[in-house]
Amino acid sequence: MAHEPVAVVGIGQTKHKKRRDDLSIAGLVREAAQRALDDARLTWTDIDAVVIGKAPDIFEGVMKPELYLADALGGAGKPVFRVHTAGSVGGSTAIVASHLVSSRVHTRVLAVAWEKQSEGNAQFGLGGGKSGSIGAGGAFAPWIRAYIRKSGAPEHIGWQIAVKDRQNALRNPYAHLHLKDISVEKVRESPMMWDPLHFLESCPSSDGAGAIVLTDKAGGLAAAADGRPPAWVLGTSMRSEPSSFNGRDPIRPQAGVDCAWDVYRQAGITDPRREIDVAELYVPFSWYEPMWLEGHDLAPVGEGWKMVDRGETAFDGSFPVNPSGGVLSSNPIGASGMLRFLEAALQVRGAAGEHQVDGARVALAQAYGAAAQYFAMWAVGSEPPSG
Amino acid sequence: MRNDSDIAVISTAYLPSVRRNELTETEMLITVVDEALDKVGLKRSDIGFSCQGSCDYISGGTFSFVPNLDAMGAWPPIHESHVEMDGAWALYEAWVRMRHGDVEIAVAMGSGKSSTGDPAEIHPLELDPYYLAPLGVDPVSLAALQARQLIDTGKSSERELAEIAARSRRAAADNPRQQVRSAESDVDKLLAEPYVRSPLRRSDLPPISDGASCVVMATARRARDLVERPAWIAGLDHRSEVHNPALRDLTDSPSTRLAAEKAGGVAGVEVAELMAPFTAQEVVLRQALGLGDDVLVNPSGGALTGNPLMSTGLVRIAEAAEQIIAGGRNRTLGHATSGPLLQQNLVCVLEGDI
Repeated sequence: MAHEPVAVVGIGQTKHKKRRDDLSIAGLVREAAQRALDDARLTWTDIDAVVIGKAPDIFEGVMKPELYLADALGGAGKPVFRVHTAGSVGGSTAIVASHLVSSRVHTRVLAVAWEKQSEGNAQFGLGGGKSGSIGAGGAFAPWIRAYIRKSGAPEHIGWQIAVKDRQNALRNPYAHLHLKDISVEKVRESPMMWDPLHFLESCPSSDGAGAIVLTDKAGGLAAAADGRPPAWVLGTSMRSEPSSFNGRDPIRPQAGVDCAWDVYRQAGITDPRREIDVAELYVPFSWYEPMWLEGHDLAPVGEGWKMVDRGETAFDGSFPVNPSGGVLSSNPIGASGMLRFLEAALQVRGAAGEHQVDGARVALAQAYGAAAQYFAMWAVGSEPPSG
Repeated sequence: MRNDSDIAVISTAYLPSVRRNELTETEMLITVVDEALDKVGLKRSDIGFSCQGSCDYISGGTFSFVPNLDAMGAWPPIHESHVEMDGAWALYEAWVRMRHGDVEIAVAMGSGKSSTGDPAEIHPLELDPYYLAPLGVDPVSLAALQARQLIDTGKSSERELAEIAARSRRAAADNPRQQVRSAESDVDKLLAEPYVRSPLRRSDLPPISDGASCVVMATARRARDLVERPAWIAGLDHRSEVHNPALRDLTDSPSTRLAAEKAGGVAGVEVAELMAPFTAQEVVLRQALGLGDDVLVNPSGGALTGNPLMSTGLVRIAEAAEQIIAGGRNRTLGHATSGPLLQQNLVCVLEGDI
């Protein structure tokens, strides 16, 4: 049975901020979802099903919040589904929603992912609700040090990425951080958080939500005929592996390699570095950019940092990474994966405004979670999938 | 005739529902995955997709599903997902994934350990965080409001509720996996017991339980080779209602009715396994579904006699499937619910080969 082609016809997000105390949680998700519906020229009654994703419930102290959010998202009388796959959840929310269409269970699906970090304490939550949490930076720093030692990368690579993503964020009105005077010197001089990660090499804590509307082929073609080209889903994949075991490579996890190649295969991509025009990778700490370039075979092993050093991943480089500003500029945790997925769609629709990469026709989005062990990825394109 | 792409439940396993299981959630899941796969001669490496359902708040931590990856064994890396919902919705995600045709065998799991916490303290947190959660209304108090409305509108009576409790307890006496097996089942004696929350008595409430369950599904290409009598999924759908119980008619369940309609309807259903942890909810569900007196309801003993949260709904589907796989029935129904007072409902209609 051939899958139904899936089109992203609506995209919406909130202005991400440290505190959106102008909105309740329901108001936050509603803001993103309403924008996605408006973008799709659809109304609430047009939606067949709603998929909701977020990181652990303990972050806001609301158990199974999709129950309460059913009202704000027009869920009465519809299927309302809740995904949770750690930090990759924003990506897997988009994927599960796309599968509802590609499997022909539904025709028009709304996917929303969110986090309202200001209403809780994510650092406490990340520690399993125990005190003394080392936080995500503390967990990832040893692997980053191992990457640096193994690859021989110079220390300025991390600072350079921190600057690049924040400069990209200046083009994105929705980004949380707008650090107009960011510089390599400022990053280097900012407090050391988890060696080698300085404060300015780390993601912020944000309130925010992202939403997309997905439709079948007919819906995508109708939008295109109306002058609103959709993003076509070319491939989706999820992969997981255990947190730790002897022989695991936490720097280049096999689940990430497998996930990427599953997407490339579906999208007909054999040379990802050449055939993909722009990538949104989940980079909550600067060094994850070269690590994922290598982890998804966008650069040969040991060469990812050289791509960064040569400026290839810069906004005007040959392989722009995170033109949105990335997780380093906005981090509503449960939504962070969705923001990567929707930015990739914006890029191939040619609808990314000031952060539009010229000629973006195929875009890759990735999200990862827990101990760099959960992966969700999709590739989207400006043309419907062949076949 | 079945199409190659048709999907069937081919094997199920669930642990006895108990007040406290000494195993960890991961160990419970390993046990049920082993059992369900062994029954049909499959190995973990045969599984194309798996999905877990569990809840951090019940497990008492964050990312509590991560260690549960070991239940499937995630090396080499596996294709899997997790829902913060009952395992019945994990089955739904796996079913959607299988409809693409590239996954021939998939596994759904549900697990929960309520024994380590106080459900009365935890469950108010699933209510609207600004307006309802601060009231601290526990599930039993909410259920009492629903039962009261049902009785006041003449749709049920305390005697009918006691009869449901008695019937469920008698059914459980024959099911070694149910928790409440030797309790009183004389209706008059139950009616003489004191209220816990008027009009509900102890017999109208579920026990606090630990448990885990596993359901294996296969497409038609593989199902018949693995089991003599697959339980074909004729229809599967779930629907939500608005959240605030004050905005709903608590004596009806339109989302259950709609889900059943979308899943192909209840005509010809011989057995229905309904997730009704409170006696009054069985009345609501039966009426919403329009089940006749000829339909056998909850022959397993139901959620009223064993309620391992996050697994209870998947157990209903497992029981409905076993009625076909082992029981020789032709059409059965499994139901799961989530949220306060039946807010969300899932219906799975299963069929045997005639």
